[in-house]
Amino acid sequence: MAEPLLSVRDLVVEFPTRRGTLRALDKVSFDIAEGEVLGMVGESGAGKSLTGAAIIGLLEPPGRVAGGEIWLRGQRIDNLPREAMRRIRGRRIGMVFQDPLTSLNPLYTVAQQLIETIRTHMDVSDKEARARAVALLDRVGIPAAARRIDDYPHHFSGGMRQRVVIALALAAEPELVIADEPTTALDVSVQAQIIDVLKEICAERGASVMLITHDMGVIAETADRVAVLYAGRLAEIGPVRDVIQAAEHPYTVGLMGSIPTLTQAAERLTQIPGAMPRLNAIPQGCAFNPRCTRVMDRCRRDRPELIARSGARHVACWLYDSAKETANV
Amino acid sequence: MSDVLLTVSGLTRRFDVSKPLLNRVIEREQKQFLTATADVNFEIRRGETFALVGESGSGKSTIAKMIVGLLEPSAGEIRFDGKVMDFASGAAMRQLRRRFQMIFQDPFASLNPRWRVGDIIAEPIRTFGLLRGAAISNEVGRLLELVGLSRADIEKFPHEFSGGQRQRIAIARALSSKPEFIVCDEPTSALDVSVQAQILNLMRDLQDEFGLTYLLISHDLSVVRHMSNRIGVLYLGRLVEVAEAKRLFLEPQHPYTRMLLDAVPDLALSGRRRTPVTGEIPNPINPPSGCTFHPRCQHVMARCRSDIPVSTATATGEAACHLLVPEPIREPQNS
Ligand SMILES: Nc1ncnc2c1ncn2[C@@H]1O[C@H](COP(=O)(O)OP(=O)(O)OP(=O)(O)O)[C@@H](O)[C@H]1O
Ligand SMILES: Nc1ncnc2c1ncn2[C@@H]1O[C@H](COP(=O)(O)OP(=O)(O)O)[C@@H](O)[C@H]1O
Ligand code: SF4
Ligand code: SF4
Ligand SMILES: [Mg+2]
Ligand SMILES: [Mg+2]
Repeated sequence: MAEPLLSVRDLVVEFPTRRGTLRALDKVSFDIAEGEVLGMVGESGAGKSLTGAAIIGLLEPPGRVAGGEIWLRGQRIDNLPREAMRRIRGRRIGMVFQDPLTSLNPLYTVAQQLIETIRTHMDVSDKEARARAVALLDRVGIPAAARRIDDYPHHFSGGMRQRVVIALALAAEPELVIADEPTTALDVSVQAQIIDVLKEICAERGASVMLITHDMGVIAETADRVAVLYAGRLAEIGPVRDVIQAAEHPYTVGLMGSIPTLTQAAERLTQIPGAMPRLNAIPQGCAFNPRCTRVMDRCRRDRPELIARSGARHVACWLYDSAKETANV
Repeated sequence: MSDVLLTVSGLTRRFDVSKPLLNRVIEREQKQFLTATADVNFEIRRGETFALVGESGSGKSTIAKMIVGLLEPSAGEIRFDGKVMDFASGAAMRQLRRRFQMIFQDPFASLNPRWRVGDIIAEPIRTFGLLRGAAISNEVGRLLELVGLSRADIEKFPHEFSGGQRQRIAIARALSSKPEFIVCDEPTSALDVSVQAQILNLMRDLQDEFGLTYLLISHDLSVVRHMSNRIGVLYLGRLVEVAEAKRLFLEPQHPYTRMLLDAVPDLALSGRRRTPVTGEIPNPINPPSGCTFHPRCQHVMARCRSDIPVSTATATGEAACHLLVPEPIREPQNS
């Protein structure tokens, strides 16, 4: 099998605090293939953003990678010196965040920022860089790009700014784009446009995408595979269709049932009792066990690892262990 | 007793968004107004859930605040149970306020952090003098259990609770004056989907138990579809369509409703082909002339740019679009 573009192995992220160390990501492992869109979903606090930040080496101290490895096309990148990591960011991994203003500098025109990014990472003249920048803006759907390129970020609407950010993320032709809630701050009718642009332009350029969102609908329409995070651990990962239409992990099953849809009018939504635990109170064994309707003795004792299922799906749940205990009803 | 609990007619609210006087004089600018709600009409029937959907800035919260008496309309009237709301009369408003309550989006901001949960929930009971002494804490305990919390939570402060639990506290508080009508402004937008499901289920149970009438405000079409009997769609302060919830999404009558529907990502993986959504919401200070949706509309005609469409009956409710009214036949003119 071809080598994956990105490989994350047993990633652990910790925050040392006065009251002890909090483990925010606990042995997270997944791959992203060449040209693939991997969706990452989970409720707030599940660890989605930290996963993205760890990959691009932008964890905010005191947060740190306390274990595991991250490989980009066969090169280990979690232990690189800061300068080397800075060169990878922007050049080989592009980033799109929820708030477009965090990615744009209000003091510089869009042209200055795009040209700067292009020239930092690629050996082209100023004139060529500008031509590329205009073409990119045009491609992401900025009308009159040749003229608008000399405007400042605050001259653009929220949706247009996010288009500029996408252009910026793709300016140096990265192999991977990490998009963290790229549409959460936008209006419904603008969200769809931004997702379409992101998806199309990455496909055109063969860039892989890690799409972080809490919106299962966006994942359904965009991703090839989806990873479901719960309390800093992967609960389930697999092809989008399999996970959405036939979830296997009890948490994913509950999550899918709790989403109201436009097409099926359920009288009541499925309800998962309780809430995701805080980092200082993650239960022993399976992190989901206090909320799980199918909990067994073993779930309270031992943590389930990802188990390979049919297709390309993996599920971290004792129900799918071949040496299964009988459920106590 | 009439079947209609609330009637809103010609409801309009303008905000003065002018620069300070001195700047205006220097820069020779006129006063500027933003019309947040323009000529909105709808009714809510007793016991139903009526929803308002719309994107950010469409005027949802402005309407909600006028209905609960927190904001005075610039024009138009609101009738509650047959009586016109009189914003000038404090006594009349106080009488009405007991009968309706409001739940807000942000369960972190809407609860006073320095008050204990028991006092937060009891506040409407005390304000309206509904109970005294030990009966109050008994009632608060009962309300806490009703919304899925425990009597022991009376002594705690809001920061000790998660977002979903705080929204339960807000619901208990809203129920404490035994209202008939509750305005819910984005009650679950700040919550995760699994917690949202708990709150939506709770809202439904309470409605069944107490015969409550809801005005539900949300930007989330799926939530609105799940919860309501009828839905009104807002665009730039105007109501563009009102329809039965079941039919609105199957047979959208207004081009904006259709566009909004096409923008919602599809969990059903049906691969339905959608018309691409275009454009963004224009600046509400200078809205487009005629039909404010015309710069984004695929069906735009000459009269859309000049005339504001009026609401007309459709198969599913009503909508305000020139497509629904045949063009008036003009007499051929001899030149
Ligand atoms: N106090 C105010 N002063 C000036 N403008 C206001 C005021 N309150 C609201 N507006 C404007 O009125 C319009 C409608 O606002 P409103 O808060 O009702 O929108 P909304 O539909 O609730 O949006 P959201 O989904 O963002 O909550 C917006 O353009 C808003 O900026
Ligand atoms: N600086 C920090 N100090 C302590 N805990 C943190 C810090 N940043 C994030 N966390 C915790 O790590 C967990 C995962 O956070 P995050 O990745 O931001 O979640 P998500 O993006 O899924 O909402 C949360 O419990 C969060 O509270
Ligand atoms: S391991 Fe046990 S507790 Fe965890 S999800 Fe599976 S059945 Fe439920
Ligand atoms: S009135 Fe005209 S512009 Fe407005 S929605 Fe109808 S067809 Fe479109
Ligand atoms: Mg996040
Ligand atoms: Mg609002």
